[in-house]
Amino acid sequence: MDDLLPLLVALPLLGAAVLVAGGRLVPRLVAESVACAVSAGTAALALVLLLNCSPPMVEWAGGWVPVNGRSVGIVLVGDGPGLGMAALASLLTLAALAYSWRYFDEPPRGHAGSFPALVLLFQAGMCGFALAGDLFNAFVWFELMSVVAYALTGHRVEEARAVQGALTFAVVNSLGAYCLLMGIALLYARTGELAMTQIGRGLDRAAGPDGPDVLVLAAFVLVLTGLLVKAAAVPFHFWLPDAHAVAPTPVCMVLSGVMVELGAYGVWRVYGTVFAGPGGIPAADFERALTVLGALTAAVGAILCWYQRHLKRLLAYSTVAHMGLFLLGIGVLKPEADDGIALYLLGHAGVKAALFACAGILLDRYGSVDEHALRGRARELRGVAVLFTLGALGLAGLPPFGTALGKSITEEAVGGPLTVLYVLATAVTAGAVLRVAARVFLGLGPPPENGDAYETTGSGERPETRHRLGRIPDSMKAVPAVLLAGVLAVGVGPGFADVVAHAVNEAGSGGVLVASVHWTPAGILLGLASTALAVGLAAVAVTRPKLLAPAWALPLRRLQSGHVGDYVAWLLVGAAVLGALALPGVLGS
Amino acid sequence: MNRRIRLWLVAVAGTALAALLVAACLDLPDFGGDRHPYGDRAVDASLARHTANTVASVNFDQRAFDTLGELTVLFAAVVGCVVLLRQTRDEHRARPEPEPVARPVRRYALAVLPVALLTGLYVIAHGQLSPGGGFQGGVVAATALHLLYLGADYRALERVRPLGLYEAGDAVAVSAYLVTGLAGLIGATAFLANTLLPYGTFNTLSSGGTVPLLNAAVGMEVACAVVVLLARFLDQAVEIEDPTGKGSGTP
Amino acid sequence: MTAVTHVLPYLVAVWIFLIGCYGLATSRNLIHAVGCLSVCQAATYVLLLAVGYRDGATAPVFSDVEPGSRPVVDPVVQALALTDVVVGATVTALLLALVVQVAKRHGTVDPDELSELRG
Repeated sequence: MDDLLPLLVALPLLGAAVLVAGGRLVPRLVAESVACAVSAGTAALALVLLLNCSPPMVEWAGGWVPVNGRSVGIVLVGDGPGLGMAALASLLTLAALAYSWRYFDEPPRGHAGSFPALVLLFQAGMCGFALAGDLFNAFVWFELMSVVAYALTGHRVEEARAVQGALTFAVVNSLGAYCLLMGIALLYARTGELAMTQIGRGLDRAAGPDGPDVLVLAAFVLVLTGLLVKAAAVPFHFWLPDAHAVAPTPVCMVLSGVMVELGAYGVWRVYGTVFAGPGGIPAADFERALTVLGALTAAVGAILCWYQRHLKRLLAYSTVAHMGLFLLGIGVLKPEADDGIALYLLGHAGVKAALFACAGILLDRYGSVDEHALRGRARELRGVAVLFTLGALGLAGLPPFGTALGKSITEEAVGGPLTVLYVLATAVTAGAVLRVAARVFLGLGPPPENGDAYETTGSGERPETRHRLGRIPDSMKAVPAVLLAGVLAVGVGPGFADVVAHAVNEAGSGGVLVASVHWTPAGILLGLASTALAVGLAAVAVTRPKLLAPAWALPLRRLQSGHVGDYVAWLLVGAAVLGALALPGVLGS
Repeated sequence: MNRRIRLWLVAVAGTALAALLVAACLDLPDFGGDRHPYGDRAVDASLARHTANTVASVNFDQRAFDTLGELTVLFAAVVGCVVLLRQTRDEHRARPEPEPVARPVRRYALAVLPVALLTGLYVIAHGQLSPGGGFQGGVVAATALHLLYLGADYRALERVRPLGLYEAGDAVAVSAYLVTGLAGLIGATAFLANTLLPYGTFNTLSSGGTVPLLNAAVGMEVACAVVVLLARFLDQAVEIEDPTGKGSGTP
Repeated sequence: MTAVTHVLPYLVAVWIFLIGCYGLATSRNLIHAVGCLSVCQAATYVLLLAVGYRDGATAPVFSDVEPGSRPVVDPVVQALALTDVVVGATVTALLLALVVQVAKRHGTVDPDELSELRG
């Protein structure tokens, strides 16, 4: 079974190559069917491997198994979290391909297979990154993921916004990737190894009795900068709202659902294997760094989410807020928090993808994603309204959704003031989405006034289908429904949470520390509280819009300027801050 | 954010990062040091498999999975550029004007073209023996073709460059790499295992097992990919115009 | 002073990286910005290859050298640098394609004048 691990990468690649080679000869329907079949096959393989991942699988590519404890090859690790992320990536790409079935905009002349091929390449990159046990190999798949994401984001080249958003996305993420590579070079210089666990052991061996030195700190800062840019932590997050505002909807589903989460997974994996030993970064510093950045990200994401009227940017900011919550959970370094984050991540992926799918339906039907312009117009789309509201409630953490289960476990693990932050952040983001639902689908509230001119409103967008849709096709409605059903299954499915927790704990601590995860009365109460708060906020916002829009957040909005130089400056600031946060531990030793 | 504030942020953050990185550099092992454990193991493994160029062995045998990723990044960028640089609905394609070319330039370009092409193919074929390989040779071969653009004109280049064929060639080469890897999975122990073919005699063209095969696949892929990339950019500059008749190459 | 000469190539790599970041952040032309990103990437090549160097060693290619007669430099970093070059070239190509389209749709390549995405 172990040697099937590389197939999770090879199959989508082969599919993409076949689609590009044969794409000009076959009609569009055949190309999309082939893509769906390959994606589904890879997802099925990932699930089969996931069911057999205890004990964790290890595969040396090329058959270069270690001799005397040393190897020259590349290792792939197939444990619960890795295979879980690969399965999640495959399932979400399948959902994106199904969503864009037949109705997505005309492909370039003679290249019927280009969009599905790019999506399959994206899936291959994500699976490769999830399974990587070698740091440089992880970088290579990280770059594949990124390159395809840039091309997919800028897919609608006729739109001025799309190419600008794709350009800032590309520049900022590439700079992050080069920081990551510098960090890998520093680690190789110190240890002479590229496999993650070997680097960790090498750092432990090379560190004297005093612990880590500045070199380890610099490598930590560089590597984490690259991963946190992908994970859209503040202040590396500026690319995300711009990219999501302009990317085609199926691409947004995958970007928000799993690509950004892979950044957080990378942070967890790299810290756990490389920097967790006595020669790496002390636990207290890592906790401090991630807690500060995570809390800042959650707060900034939630506040800016509230102010948006562009539907896709609103959902993008809510992704930023949730990424902050995930990073907080990882930073606490407790097995219960890790389990909770894993479940929360699965639930969030489904909910976010479903919400983006509904936003795409609105775009294709009405040619706009502006909350104010769409006011009351979508009354006829009752099914979509139900799905949208369910998604918002899932985002808020209403039991029995999977997001609520994950959130409640994490909230109990972090404890104290951070629990309050969790409740507030989810309530504000879900409240914004519920406010949109009330205004767009029910037409509630007074007509809005002309807002600040300094914003991207969402009006004047062009539909992603050839023409505005008269009737919403079943495939576009089925995808969010199935995704939300999946999120419910995560929360309700008997024993599912235990399986996930077991897999995560086995990977994280070798099965030594095992947490038991289940619904608790306190957790259910916290979920109901954040939902109630979200509904309350939405109600107040709809009936009295002026009340909950304080002006002090305006300077924060102005920072999102769309200017690539600004974003690069903030990236440098973020790297410096990360270094400052982790410095005390290295200095003190 | 105005320029002043941005400059200030960059200065402060840049200074902090510079301090951190310089301090880290002072802790690095001395330049030219002797301790390279992974490198020594790689050289031993390469010699055991009769591959004279150790870098090619690392690239196509020991870390072939990385090279697969690198290959697909190039492939993805080509597909992406085809999508991004496509002719949109409001643009049309104009036939390129024939350009006058100075005689010496024409003679030189047409004389050097076959030499350059042959050099590229030589570099690809001898990748497992001497410095070079699929990536390097592929780029040389692809740019050799474009001497025709310099020596003649764009229409002459288009005649030797049926783009559909090159795109298909790109995809076929990637598939060939993957199929070789799958053959390793089915026939031997693991994906991309180099245990199927005999290792041959050291320092001959057919040494190293599957390394020459993967090398050739990569060479073909890179050559086709670079031709397609350059074609897309040249089309934008030379042929594609917006409705007013202005191309992106004209001021 | 001797400590600095022992690590001079690494310091050069750090300098190249930071100057590339400075150029990227203060750029007035998107093509210049893409070039600065390439400069940042060049720093990674310099760092990788400097890490792999060995005094008095030759290239790790045995077509003209008897194996074992001379020490060779680290071939692994050379392979990593090769991968890095290809990845960087492809990212640059994609970015330049986006710049071409930005120039067409916005009529400018000055980042200060791109104003479609705000707030």
